[in-house]
Amino acid sequence: MIEALAILIIFCGLFFFLSGSIGLLRLPDLFSRLHALAKADNVGLALVTLGIIMLEPDPFNDIKLVIIWLLVLAASAISSHLVARHALRENRNND
Amino acid sequence: MIELLWSIFDVSLVLLVLALAWASCSTQDMMRAVTLFIALGLILAIIWARLKAPDLALAEAVIGAGISGALLLSAIKDYPSTTTVLSRQSSLVEWVINGMTLGLVIIMTWAVWHGLNMSDGLRLSEQVMSQVPVSGVSNPVTAVLLNFRAYDTLLELAVVLTAVLTVLNLNHKRADVAAASPLLRGMTRWLVPLLVVTAGYLLWVGAHAPGGAFQAGAMLASAMILLQLSNPSSLQGFNLTVLRILLVIGIFIFVLVGIWMMSVNDDFLAFNPAWAGSLILIIEFAATLSIATALTLAYLGGRPTGWEFTNPVHSTKQHNGEPS
Amino acid sequence: MISQQLLYALAGIGLFGIGLRATLLHQMLLERLLALNVCGAGVFLIFIAVAYGGIETAVDPVPHALVLTGIVVAVSATAMALALGRRLQELDDE
Repeated sequence: MIEALAILIIFCGLFFFLSGSIGLLRLPDLFSRLHALAKADNVGLALVTLGIIMLEPDPFNDIKLVIIWLLVLAASAISSHLVARHALRENRNND
Repeated sequence: MIELLWSIFDVSLVLLVLALAWASCSTQDMMRAVTLFIALGLILAIIWARLKAPDLALAEAVIGAGISGALLLSAIKDYPSTTTVLSRQSSLVEWVINGMTLGLVIIMTWAVWHGLNMSDGLRLSEQVMSQVPVSGVSNPVTAVLLNFRAYDTLLELAVVLTAVLTVLNLNHKRADVAAASPLLRGMTRWLVPLLVVTAGYLLWVGAHAPGGAFQAGAMLASAMILLQLSNPSSLQGFNLTVLRILLVIGIFIFVLVGIWMMSVNDDFLAFNPAWAGSLILIIEFAATLSIATALTLAYLGGRPTGWEFTNPVHSTKQHNGEPS
Repeated sequence: MISQQLLYALAGIGLFGIGLRATLLHQMLLERLLALNVCGAGVFLIFIAVAYGGIETAVDPVPHALVLTGIVVAVSATAMALALGRRLQELDDE
């Protein structure tokens, strides 16, 4: 029962990852691609982590997984910001 | 059903790895090539995890994707733009190279297939697994790396030192990048201590779980690279004598332990089973510091400011100076 | 079907072939360095595929230690090659 729910949640997370990748390939602009990647991939990771936590018996590993999710969240936010900032400056220099 | 899914997973990983390698090697834009190479390193880390090699997965993610990627990214601007420089060989030479590579690939495929089918060969794994309990650690890879093949690890540290000495001799440190975003600076304030703690954890846990000195050293180096990127002035006043000591302390402690064991046990680097655990930890600690310093200096690209030789190299003159 | 070991070993050989071809074809140092690293990754994959016994049997740790050493040596060789390349560029610019 719990396993079926966990697998369903992981599949939802994979759907978010897939939509983020489609956004990366199909969206026209750097900024919109960054937006798609940062948002969709983070929610996808959150759902996948939630599914794994439901399947994982050891509570210490659950805490480690949550910490990993938070770190990936922070890293993706910072790197999206840096990429966008650099692109914005290049746009300003080119104009 | 499960077997089929795992096979699909394996096949898609293999196809992904080959596609990334092809794209990385054949693209004109260097930035794109290096980014694809970093992605290749990460997919390779997943493959190591799939092939039951978690130590390697950690090492590939930190060293292969992280440090190597940072090194290559910082080197892109040294070279002129690709559109003017890249030129292929003539068409005949290209055909010869393609043919040779294809022939080599076919021979290697035959060799690997033949080797895998000769399954009666003696593997070392039984011998190693039977000796792991007396080696002082319970992680078999650490036991092999730092007890059974400790001499190889000593020489590996020497190779790293040689490479860093070359880097230090040739160039000055790269110029510092422009002021980083305040968000990056804010992130490094909590991320760098976290990385240092994680490095210490990886060092400690390498005795009984995947981890070890190399992963810990590379993680420390990535913390220093992060500091250099976000706050370059924080690394500038580093005491050069301490830097030199940190560079060589890995090899020094290793050789010291080896000579001590030679005086006790009549054999260089032959550990007593009772002391082996602590000795391995001491060696790994020194090796972590050395590797972290070496990889950081390799990323910085050369001598830090203030580290001068008495006879610096100028154009084609022969270099014969000693560090002061 | 093809065994998992053979699949990954073939992938390693493929990586090695791709890297070797690119090393011989390209002229620029950075491209050659990337291709050499890909070659190295292919060789490591062959090693680990041969060391992998299956999902039940224990894994052979000696190739793991060799490949770990190999990864560290590969990154130091890359650093050294980049330093040499940078110095050559500076000398060319003079």
